[in-house]
Amino acid sequence: MADDKDVLRDVWFGRIPTCFTLYQDEVTEREAEPFYLLLPRVSYLTLVTDKVKKHFLKVMKAEDVEEIWFEYEGTPLKWHYPIGLLFDLHASNTSLPWSITVHFKNFPERDLLHCPCNSVIEAHFMSSIKEADALKHKSQVINDMQKKDHKQLWMGLQNDKFDQFWAINRKLMEYPTEEGGFRYIPFRIYLTMSDRPFIQKLFRPISPDGHTHTLGDLLKEVYPVAIASDDEAKRYQVVIHGIEPLLETPLQWLSEHLSHPDNFLHISVIPAPSD
Amino acid sequence: MPVSLLWAVDVYGRVFSLSTGGQQWEHCCDAVLEFKRLTAVQQCCWGIACDHHIYLNVHASDVPIRYQEEAYENQRWNPVDNFSDRLLPSDRWQWSDITGLEHKPLDGFLLPSTNWEWEGDWYIDENFGGEPTEKGGWTYAIDFPATYTIDKKWNSCVRRRRWIRYRRYKATDTWAKIPSEGQSGPLPDPFNDISCGGWEISEEPRGRLSLWAVSLQGKVWFRGGIHHHTPEGMSWEEVSLPGEVVQISCGPGDLVWAVLWEGQLIVREGITRDCPQGSSWVVVDSPNPEVGTIHVAVGVSVVWAVTKDNKVWFRRGINSHNPCGSGWIGMVGEMVMISVGLNDQVRSGSREDRAVYFRQGVTSTELSGKAWKAVSVPRDGDIRPNSSTSTSSLHSAGCFFSGEVRAQSVMSEDSDTEADPQRAVHEVGASVSSPPSVHLSNDPEAPKPRIPKVTSDSFISEMLSDRETKRDGAAATSIPEEEVTPGDAEAKSPPPALVLSPSQSGGPGDPQWSTVDLEEAQTHLAVGPAAGRGDSSDTCSLSSVVTCMLGLEGLYGPDDHPLWAWVSGGGCAVDCHTQLNWFNSVTALTSSIQAMSLSVSPAQTAAWRKQIFEQLNERSKREIDNFKHYEQAIEQSVWVKKGTMQWWRDWKPHKWVDVRFALEQFSGPEGHKDGIVFLYYNFNEEKKYLHAFINEVTILVPVLNDSKHTFAIYTAERTKQRWPIKLAAATEMEMHDWLALLSVSCCDSRGIQGPPSKQAIWSITCKGDIFVSEPWPSLEACPYPTPCDQMFWRQVGGHLRLVECNSVGVVWGLGYDHTAWVYTGGYGGGFFQGLASSTDNIFTQTDVKSVYIYENQRWNPVTGYTSRGLPTDRYMWSDATGLHECTKASTKPPSPHWTWVTEWAVDYGVSGGTDREGWQYAADFPTSYHGYKTLKDFVRRRRWARKCKLTTTGPWQEVPPIPLSDVTILPCGDQSVVEQIPLWAISNKGDVLCRLGVTLLTPAGTSWLHVGTDQPFKSISIGGASQVWAIARDGSAFYRGSVSTQNPAGDCWYHIPSPARQKLKQVSVGRTSVYTVDENGTEMFPRYYSFARLSVYVFNVALSVQVWIIADKVQGSHSLSCGTVCHRLGVQPMEPKGQAWDYGIGGGWDHITVRGNNIEAPRVRMPSLTDALRPPSTLAARPLPAGNTENGNAVQC
Repeated sequence: MADDKDVLRDVWFGRIPTCFTLYQDEVTEREAEPFYLLLPRVSYLTLVTDKVKKHFLKVMKAEDVEEIWFEYEGTPLKWHYPIGLLFDLHASNTSLPWSITVHFKNFPERDLLHCPCNSVIEAHFMSSIKEADALKHKSQVINDMQKKDHKQLWMGLQNDKFDQFWAINRKLMEYPTEEGGFRYIPFRIYLTMSDRPFIQKLFRPISPDGHTHTLGDLLKEVYPVAIASDDEAKRYQVVIHGIEPLLETPLQWLSEHLSHPDNFLHISVIPAPSD
Repeated sequence: MPVSLLWAVDVYGRVFSLSTGGQQWEHCCDAVLEFKRLTAVQQCCWGIACDHHIYLNVHASDVPIRYQEEAYENQRWNPVDNFSDRLLPSDRWQWSDITGLEHKPLDGFLLPSTNWEWEGDWYIDENFGGEPTEKGGWTYAIDFPATYTIDKKWNSCVRRRRWIRYRRYKATDTWAKIPSEGQSGPLPDPFNDISCGGWEISEEPRGRLSLWAVSLQGKVWFRGGIHHHTPEGMSWEEVSLPGEVVQISCGPGDLVWAVLWEGQLIVREGITRDCPQGSSWVVVDSPNPEVGTIHVAVGVSVVWAVTKDNKVWFRRGINSHNPCGSGWIGMVGEMVMISVGLNDQVRSGSREDRAVYFRQGVTSTELSGKAWKAVSVPRDGDIRPNSSTSTSSLHSAGCFFSGEVRAQSVMSEDSDTEADPQRAVHEVGASVSSPPSVHLSNDPEAPKPRIPKVTSDSFISEMLSDRETKRDGAAATSIPEEEVTPGDAEAKSPPPALVLSPSQSGGPGDPQWSTVDLEEAQTHLAVGPAAGRGDSSDTCSLSSVVTCMLGLEGLYGPDDHPLWAWVSGGGCAVDCHTQLNWFNSVTALTSSIQAMSLSVSPAQTAAWRKQIFEQLNERSKREIDNFKHYEQAIEQSVWVKKGTMQWWRDWKPHKWVDVRFALEQFSGPEGHKDGIVFLYYNFNEEKKYLHAFINEVTILVPVLNDSKHTFAIYTAERTKQRWPIKLAAATEMEMHDWLALLSVSCCDSRGIQGPPSKQAIWSITCKGDIFVSEPWPSLEACPYPTPCDQMFWRQVGGHLRLVECNSVGVVWGLGYDHTAWVYTGGYGGGFFQGLASSTDNIFTQTDVKSVYIYENQRWNPVTGYTSRGLPTDRYMWSDATGLHECTKASTKPPSPHWTWVTEWAVDYGVSGGTDREGWQYAADFPTSYHGYKTLKDFVRRRRWARKCKLTTTGPWQEVPPIPLSDVTILPCGDQSVVEQIPLWAISNKGDVLCRLGVTLLTPAGTSWLHVGTDQPFKSISIGGASQVWAIARDGSAFYRGSVSTQNPAGDCWYHIPSPARQKLKQVSVGRTSVYTVDENGTEMFPRYYSFARLSVYVFNVALSVQVWIIADKVQGSHSLSCGTVCHRLGVQPMEPKGQAWDYGIGGGWDHITVRGNNIEAPRVRMPSLTDALRPPSTLAARPLPAGNTENGNAVQC
């Protein structure tokens, strides 16, 4: 029988096969070959694309290079979203590998944050974890940790060390048994069609009358449009880590097992494929 | 913890019981009688009915109460009649007892009362001291009285045989009337009060109880002779008194208190093992001289009393040396009566609402507890199908309304007047987070929403425990956090800092307290609504489940809540780890059903979970499998964890040296992880290191003792040397972190994940730690098997003494306290947390064992026996060997995880017997000891025992209620899910039991079937074709006939002569061979080959003829290891002796089971396969030496 622990591994070791191609208008000395890579779903684009950068810099002059950024079918990809989320949000139901265009010029200041170095990613990552723990445990767990524990979380993600990361992260996933769950579930719901970046609200894993809240309960409360009523065809897919959990899945379980390393449950609501 | 019962009588005399696992009062169905008083212990309940007679209700058990009657038939030889019943005039009776002095004709045996029945007719016992006799069961001798032998010789002039017949107590689970007769006829007046207890005074005879009763005239009577085999006791003895008694209470130990008419209390003194009725009374004044006491309740070391003004008092300073205690402390709350249960847990009947309250937070250090909680569960019949809709919403309300507010119960249709509050309840239940309003309790129809002064008086215990320190701080911290809602009508009382003034008057220099009345200080703090949730901040685990409503409507009578008249918790075992469901009233009916099916929890099979697993699988197929040739974005690097530790160095002189320790982990060439352990040390100022590859580590063994947090790392090489890498971490926490990390790393490097397989080999160390190993087929390969020192063992949480498994994954374990546990399919637990542990199948496990020390004394002519020994003598307080000093004060529990649960007590149950004070005598240390003094004895010793308890977690669930000493499971092959798996066990009393309902889905089974035997048994094993073999305590071997799926318990025992008249100790049955161990530890075979001279603790045989043992001592190249796993090589069906031993992991191993391993070894030709194809009957018959044991009904398995 598969154990819940396997889910954590599957989530961590989720990979997206990606083909990086240089944007056609970039000035190159010779033609740039596309670059193929397995990207970790739970990591961040700018954290794992050193190889990509190196690959394309070989064919470019130093003076033509500005800050690297990525784009998929015209949409600039936000590096501060986990890779898996970007894929689910923009490229679900498309054929693999995922084709990403690499830019070295014309940084879209309005759409993207600058990412000059990895410490920016680290700061972003740690602030997400802290925010999540504020929701889950009133920040008690993260504040009780030592600096080196924080570092271990980050190093775990950076070096793709599952055990190293989870040795610390499991403390963030604990809760008092008698409470039955976290204080609030740290989640974000992303909509492709909306101009809001995401929806985030306070939502408890257990209803006041002691029932466990499910994914369906959350959507009903936060974004009821996502749930198809019985008589109509499914309009939206609710995707987490590339899968569509059933609406009756307990939210607490999802938060413990399908959260990204930043401790947030990133839920994409995307239009269902028409065919 | 087994389920136990709380008993109560309501004002109408109806008897109810409430199970610790249940959620509703069960009406005692034998409802013909109405009762006044009850006193319950674990095995039975005594009561006084309305006819003033005493009744006894013995709880039915899977093992019946049987008593063996015996008589001897004596015959003498004469030339005319040969042996005949014509005896000489000087001879004994023809029918006599064993001594021959008493005439015992068979028809003279009568049932002691109508509550007994005969189990069968008289029959001849054909077992004589472990050996079968000839038909007829005669034993011969030259003359009476003499030594009897089985063999008839030329000079055998007399013979005798033993007849036995069993009678069985039949009046279980009903109220059986006990005749009120004293030694000289009927008692003068009827009874008014009874109290039962005293089972901790002595363990012999088994189930001994003291029963004290008070008559209407105020006389006290003691009933003796109550024990397991005579549950009704013998007769009443009057106890002389200084006055007239109204009520009496008897604790589990030697505490007996009674209340006099005048309001004083009397305490019985002089109660000992030899004199359970005590010798004299001592008068103790009532807590308040003006207001007399009306009720008293005692436990092991607590006394609670109630005075006429319904105040509750706690007596402090009670212990076995001072049964009178030293002073009274007033408690908050008004009660009419109190009952103290096991572990000194307290229940009471409240004065105003007559509800039953449970004292929360009673622990061994805080005997006075923290607060009263109303027990509020419905009575059976209260919950009706049509009320199910409202139960759920009521449940939610219950979370908000704690015991102090009257919430209305569920019975909607017949309580019209209360429609409004009910709606209120529903509303509250439905609204998400609005604070519950108080109008619920303002219902005019309902009784006043009284606050029964039930408060958080935890500061009493604070004062009791650390009154010398932080006096002021205690008051501030002792108030539990309660959210105060606007509706809280009761005003908060003044700050409780005032309360402490009485204690200050006592002064730190004056330990003798005057009587303290906390209630006078008006400190009670009305616990508002919302306490149910708020309580979770409380430290005691009991409180975490407390959400309760008070006062339930019964369907009976005009009153709308049960009025309890009497409660008895004497048999009710609750400790601070127990989670009670008594405080909220929903889902009562389902709990018992759930308890039975523990193997697959519904959450595991839920569709959503399956969906996630499936989709994740699809996802990796879609996104990864086709793109494996792509480069990984993150290159794998080495991850190092470092620390400092101490190392027991390899060279002499051996000592602990500081070392740096590092684990380097990296990805191996095939993608799976690997690592190296480095140990850096200095040798002659030179830096050196030692390393071990993680994939070569075979086992990590925690060696936690009280001085160092030690663990050992073994590799195959080090197992051969019997010299592991021994390391000590600075703290226990650090050790556990390292062990968990190293363990995960070892498992990763070997690609082992998740729970052990069904074929796993389980073993247990002498510390009770559990290890499993995945067997390789090559272990049994012929002719070149894999050496078993290469087996990789990993630890599983929990604590066991014995484990048994079979090849379909049913695993049972027995704890040191004989509790049976069934494996839940999980892994991890204990110190394995997070990733190394499964989440769903881990439960709390407890175990209790005794620590023994010896008191040694030497005789000298002047002073007799004293604790002054010769200079060469052993320590006067020592361990069993005498080499180590062990005093009462210095002896600690085995590890910090164990805590003492009893005081030191003399242990009379030592082999060899003791005198009345527990002494054993000998000519000198160390020799064999005997239990009586002779002139040649110059030394004596006695054993002291103290029990300690471990609480841990692991993938185990308890199988109540019978404690077991051995268990065996049929090592069956492919099994359908519903097919029953034969499982046999031996209770710790020696009864043979057969478990029914054991299947793959319900590995715990459903119930025990008692299999009658003529004597207690000690070892049992079931092998292929359902052959059940067992060893009796006298060392004789038995075979159970006609065991089949249709007849799982078989029909009768066949006595098999032991090989070479050896006393046997243990038996293990494979498919075609039976292996036994005799008492000297020599392994024997069915055909009685004397086998390798290894001392054997335990051994185990799997179906496919694998023989594994635990050997006593094995010499390695560096050291010697005791308790070593050994594997017999070359054992084949046609060659059951095998060829040689292969030595595996060792150093304190106690038990192994390989009965799950049915992996067939890679052999060229498998002789056992041809065996399996033969008709099963011949298969079964082969190991049986005698023709009469042939079993034609054998089952193919």
